[in-house]
Amino acid sequence: MPLDDTSLTALWWAVIFSGIYHGINPGMGWPLAVSAGLMERKHLALPKALGMLAAGHLLAMLAILLPFSVITTLLIWETGLRIGAGLIVIAMGVYLLINRKHPKFLARVHPTRLALWSFLAAMAHGAGLMLVPIYLGICAVDGGEVGHLAASSLMSGNIINALFVALVHTLAMTLAGGVIATIIYFWLGLKFLSKTWFNLDAIWALSLILVGIFGIYSAHAGH
Amino acid sequence: MNMRPDPTFHATAQLAMQAPVENYGFTVMLSPDGKKSDGIAVVDLNPDSKTYGKIVHKVVVPNKGDEFHHFGWNACSSALSPLTGHAFVERRYLIVPGIRSSRIYIIDVKNPLKAKIHKTIEPEELFAKTGYSRPHTIHCGPEGIYVSTLGGGGEDGTDGPPGIFIMDCETFEIIGRYEMDRGKQDKHYDFWWNLPQDYMVSSEWGLPPQFENGIVPEDLLSNKYGHSIHFWDLRRRKNIQTIDFGKNYQMALEIRPAHDPSKSYGFCGVVVDTNNLQGAIFTWWRDKNGKWKSKKTITIDPVPADPDDLPDLLKGFGAVPPLVTDIDLSLDDKYLYVACWGLGEMHQYDVTDPMKPVLAGKVELGGIVAHHKHPNGKDFAFGPQMVEVSRDGKRVYWTNSLYSTWDDQFYPDDEGGQMVMARVGDDGGFELDKKFYVNFPKGYRSHQIRLEGGDCSTDSFCYPNV
Repeated sequence: MPLDDTSLTALWWAVIFSGIYHGINPGMGWPLAVSAGLMERKHLALPKALGMLAAGHLLAMLAILLPFSVITTLLIWETGLRIGAGLIVIAMGVYLLINRKHPKFLARVHPTRLALWSFLAAMAHGAGLMLVPIYLGICAVDGGEVGHLAASSLMSGNIINALFVALVHTLAMTLAGGVIATIIYFWLGLKFLSKTWFNLDAIWALSLILVGIFGIYSAHAGH
Repeated sequence: MNMRPDPTFHATAQLAMQAPVENYGFTVMLSPDGKKSDGIAVVDLNPDSKTYGKIVHKVVVPNKGDEFHHFGWNACSSALSPLTGHAFVERRYLIVPGIRSSRIYIIDVKNPLKAKIHKTIEPEELFAKTGYSRPHTIHCGPEGIYVSTLGGGGEDGTDGPPGIFIMDCETFEIIGRYEMDRGKQDKHYDFWWNLPQDYMVSSEWGLPPQFENGIVPEDLLSNKYGHSIHFWDLRRRKNIQTIDFGKNYQMALEIRPAHDPSKSYGFCGVVVDTNNLQGAIFTWWRDKNGKWKSKKTITIDPVPADPDDLPDLLKGFGAVPPLVTDIDLSLDDKYLYVACWGLGEMHQYDVTDPMKPVLAGKVELGGIVAHHKHPNGKDFAFGPQMVEVSRDGKRVYWTNSLYSTWDDQFYPDDEGGQMVMARVGDDGGFELDKKFYVNFPKGYRSHQIRLEGGDCSTDSFCYPNV
């Protein structure tokens, strides 16, 4: 159906935009890539650090999306699940909006353990949750097309979707963060590190709420 | 909470040096006999101001007998650490501990001329939450504000070793002890770290009975004050190595790591070598195998004196020891300033090669026997003590008191509080500024200085110079 094609395209763009959004947020780690390049005094350290940050972020996305991909197949009451997921995402946003204190345990991670840090940072900020309503939307559109397939093949389709969503999102995030880190490292210098650094906390929390509302709305609308 | 990082936070030491210069200084006002309440004096440091070099505001606390000593900021450039991703705390509050009372004041200096007490943490809360007493050095770092203490529990602070505790940098709640494995560490004084390299270094003065009622000569002569420094895995909170300078190197005090975090070395000042009364500076560094090493790189000789000119404590020695009581490193890691409180001298060493410091300048002021006058003709009580260097490295400020009871033993005839400033030449060397001479109100002595927007013993930088 053309309508479904349009919404599917829009949903995949949402996956990419959420990646760019996470990437430019210093809280997801691009300053660490700049710091790694400078501390190790070699250019190669920067892409290496970006790679480790990406690995951690990808794992965090999968840790959230994969359980949902299993549940979507097992539960028949799909609309209810999507509303429930939307409510969880809204709850995380509200929590982050009220509790404005930064998760201090992130500072306990050793500065060179970037993948672990990236995984924990993404989990603590609900970065994976932000993808859940988008992901469930994609599954719903796909599921609509293959409505009569057996549960097992539906599940494998959902898992493949989860892998793709996480991969595309992480790729977009790494590119966005990588561009900022590279420009600061090679051209602008560290003076711009503090200048480009905005407090995204409230906007981030609001984004979660917005995505959650979208999830509930689209579940009701049937997409 | 700001939307942008505080403009006084800098990614590198280099950037901090280029930042606008300080307009105000904050200096401890200490009532040595506890008859008045201690306070923080706000000093005008803007040469274009009509009140330049004057105390323009005072925050006097309601209690007596706190004994203010060291203090520090709630937040600094360490907030730009790439690990936090959250650089939006303000450099706004001074954390001011009383080392005698164990009470901690949080002073809001957002508007320096209207600075006021924001919160008071009573000693009982500190004792209950940490088992430590006599809070001392303040540094802002991962997870919050780190505070070193000089005493453990109990009335005289000897029930258990002293250590470091952590406070929240926004609510100022005491979170708890820092250490998970302190190893050999059983005394405490100063500490500092290298955040990207994830190490911390701490030093040792002595336990409270060894300093509160004055220096204990028997303890000094039997080498019972601290003479070791400890290296810590900062995030694992574990003492990984202890370096003993040798028993005769009594009182290893100030720890000054290189400000550029790509360097793995720093300095520690030793008050007195009991073998020969010399003052000493050790350079410490990490070798290729990851082991910490140290070497004595500066010695300052005592000066022979007529016993009649000496206080009772020193009569038997017939000499004035230099008494290296404070050191400070400029942000470019080039000049190390060394206070010789006994001699009445401030030394400037070029430490471009940290293993081969070269004396580059010297200022004489005060002193147990010398009593050098200020170039403006006025007296300077005691000797040069707490020293603070401006971010751009061009102005060196210092005050005169060491510690109430120790001042009285080494300088029984002196009294008063002064803060002075020397200007650094383009190629090194430094000279006292005749016009800058802050005389503290009667009944007060002075101690540590903090500069508006940060100084050379406050900020920890998370990115190397480029």
